[in-house]
Amino acid sequence: MSRTLSAPVTVSFDYTRSVGPVLGRFLTGIRDGRLVGARLSDGRVVCPPPEFDPVTHAATDDFVDLPDTGTVTSWTWVSEPVAGQPFDRPFAFALITPDGADAPLLHAVDVRGPEQMRTGMRVRARWAAERTGVITDLVFEPADGEEPAPQPPSEGVGAALTGIVTPVSLDYTYAASPEESAFFRGLAEGRILGQRCPKCTKVYVPPRPACPTDGVPTVEEVELSDTGTVTTFCIVNVPFLGQRITPPYVSAYILLDGADIALQHLILDIPAEEVRMGMRVRAVWKPREEWGTTIENISHFAPTGEPDADYDSYKNHL
Amino acid sequence: MRDVAVVGFAQRQMQDYDGSPQCAELLVPLFAECYEQTGWTREDIGFWCSGSSDYLAGRSFSFVSAIDAIGVLPPVNESHVEMDAAWALYEAWLKIQTGEVDTALVFGFGKSSAGVLRRTLALQLDPYTLTPLWPDTVSIAALQARLGIDAGLWDETAMAEVVNRSLTDAEKNEYAVRAGGSSVADLLAKEMFADPLRKHDAAPVTDGAAAIVLAAGDRAREVRERPAWITALAHFSDGLQLGTRDLTRSESAQRAAAAVGGTAGIEIAELHAPFSHQELILRSALGLPDDVRVNPSGGALAGNPMFTGGAIRIGEAARRIWDGTADRALGHATSGPALQQNLVCVMEGRN
Repeated sequence: MSRTLSAPVTVSFDYTRSVGPVLGRFLTGIRDGRLVGARLSDGRVVCPPPEFDPVTHAATDDFVDLPDTGTVTSWTWVSEPVAGQPFDRPFAFALITPDGADAPLLHAVDVRGPEQMRTGMRVRARWAAERTGVITDLVFEPADGEEPAPQPPSEGVGAALTGIVTPVSLDYTYAASPEESAFFRGLAEGRILGQRCPKCTKVYVPPRPACPTDGVPTVEEVELSDTGTVTTFCIVNVPFLGQRITPPYVSAYILLDGADIALQHLILDIPAEEVRMGMRVRAVWKPREEWGTTIENISHFAPTGEPDADYDSYKNHL
Repeated sequence: MRDVAVVGFAQRQMQDYDGSPQCAELLVPLFAECYEQTGWTREDIGFWCSGSSDYLAGRSFSFVSAIDAIGVLPPVNESHVEMDAAWALYEAWLKIQTGEVDTALVFGFGKSSAGVLRRTLALQLDPYTLTPLWPDTVSIAALQARLGIDAGLWDETAMAEVVNRSLTDAEKNEYAVRAGGSSVADLLAKEMFADPLRKHDAAPVTDGAAAIVLAAGDRAREVRERPAWITALAHFSDGLQLGTRDLTRSESAQRAAAAVGGTAGIEIAELHAPFSHQELILRSALGLPDDVRVNPSGGALAGNPMFTGGAIRIGEAARRIWDGTADRALGHATSGPALQQNLVCVMEGRN
């Protein structure tokens, strides 16, 4: 058995990016089916145009429309593509210098095998029928010996682009630390496990790889009670994406009896306005058959009915 | 300028780290090794600086969790860079130069295996014109390798010679995750992965962490007979646009070499070349004579934990000054696509 628990995690976000005058010009061109480059201070024509001249650092403003044909100056064969690449089967990435330009751009070439690629080969853009002004609106394909296909209209078909959306999504296998893994395995048995720092003797729950005060591993395992004291709380009134409970409800820090660090959880079975610091609470566990290696085994905490704890008993744990 | 030396170094490298991506539990024993080497406690460390990335960890603020490994009561003077820890070392060296502190502990960590490393690294590219195509790092390096082959600057045999020497040297490196020399012919017989690169031309995906201790003047002399004094340290970056760079050379590495006063007299150079042909580019950009011993550790082709692959080169070079193998050694670190950013650290052994 692995010493850690792990689970797949996908982190994704659609970045909305303003494009500015230079990249806006380039990407508007892509949307309209043409390549736009720019002449730099050293006389080179470069596509995509850099926003600022690499030598003088002046804003780029000398734009040049380029044909959508070019020459491969380097290439590689992507034998095992990764998610999001232009093809989900093996393909070529290449450096392609558009005709009329002096520097290459990086893009994909649609061929069946590496034997169809060579440095110096002629390629042309193959445009998507529906274009939004992103670099994935085209790929390149071999143009050996054939007349270039007629270009799509180079006149603008709409207002200049001011922004694009670039989705990013990354997949991970996320592992809990060995200490957190012990905590989650304990929960699967209905136990709440913490660990004690050998130096300051504080009990951390969930346990951490090292005591953040002393920087030493917290090795001694401590089983904690499922009763505790509310040290602080907030009433959630704001709806948000993924919310599972209808507001208003209470999210609280609960100092479990025997622990030195509070645990965050929900307080239910009591009107939100009656929750208070010092209130004594107990974990309400879900039915055992629903348990897993997760804090969600505890549905929420509910009042025990005991008298409130003295402020002095938790004042050092706020 | 204050005299600052590398006086401590600890590392771990592995293929699949069975632990959390914030690596705090991996850092605790590394710091313990640094304390043991220096005879210090954490109270002796004036400044802490780390290199790591949340994109690698797959969670936010991973470097904050890693600070648990330090223990921060009383609070510590701390900083972080989203680059290889070699750049954290640069910041720490500057901090010591300001006179504010005399000692620093630099560390880095990364669990590359948590995601698909070559894909994750597409996020360091231009987000408008490149990242949407997800050009993986191996493909970009392959485009660079072919440019040099086509230009006659190197060939597949020269690349295989780099691999064979590296993996042979790696047999003596207990931290190497890939080791074992064979022959150039055997290597060239292996199939292509990203034509013209074979899998062995690329550094293995590596998890790990490392820590380096810096100290000024007498604080360094109290730790070691022969501290590795940093005589020069410089870093430069090439531009963002891959298309406007000459990928067959490394202008930023060349400028870094010039800024440290050249590489004459260097006996050992630890070069951070995650791809075989990049060592050839670096040797030429840094102006290293043929008799310089390159990567006695096996280099990045034997193990390249993200965010410490460069710092480990500095530690490995320093180690060979401490033990008297070399009087003058160079550690190099790179970051970014196709050797975009380069740092050079020259160290000298004397009391």
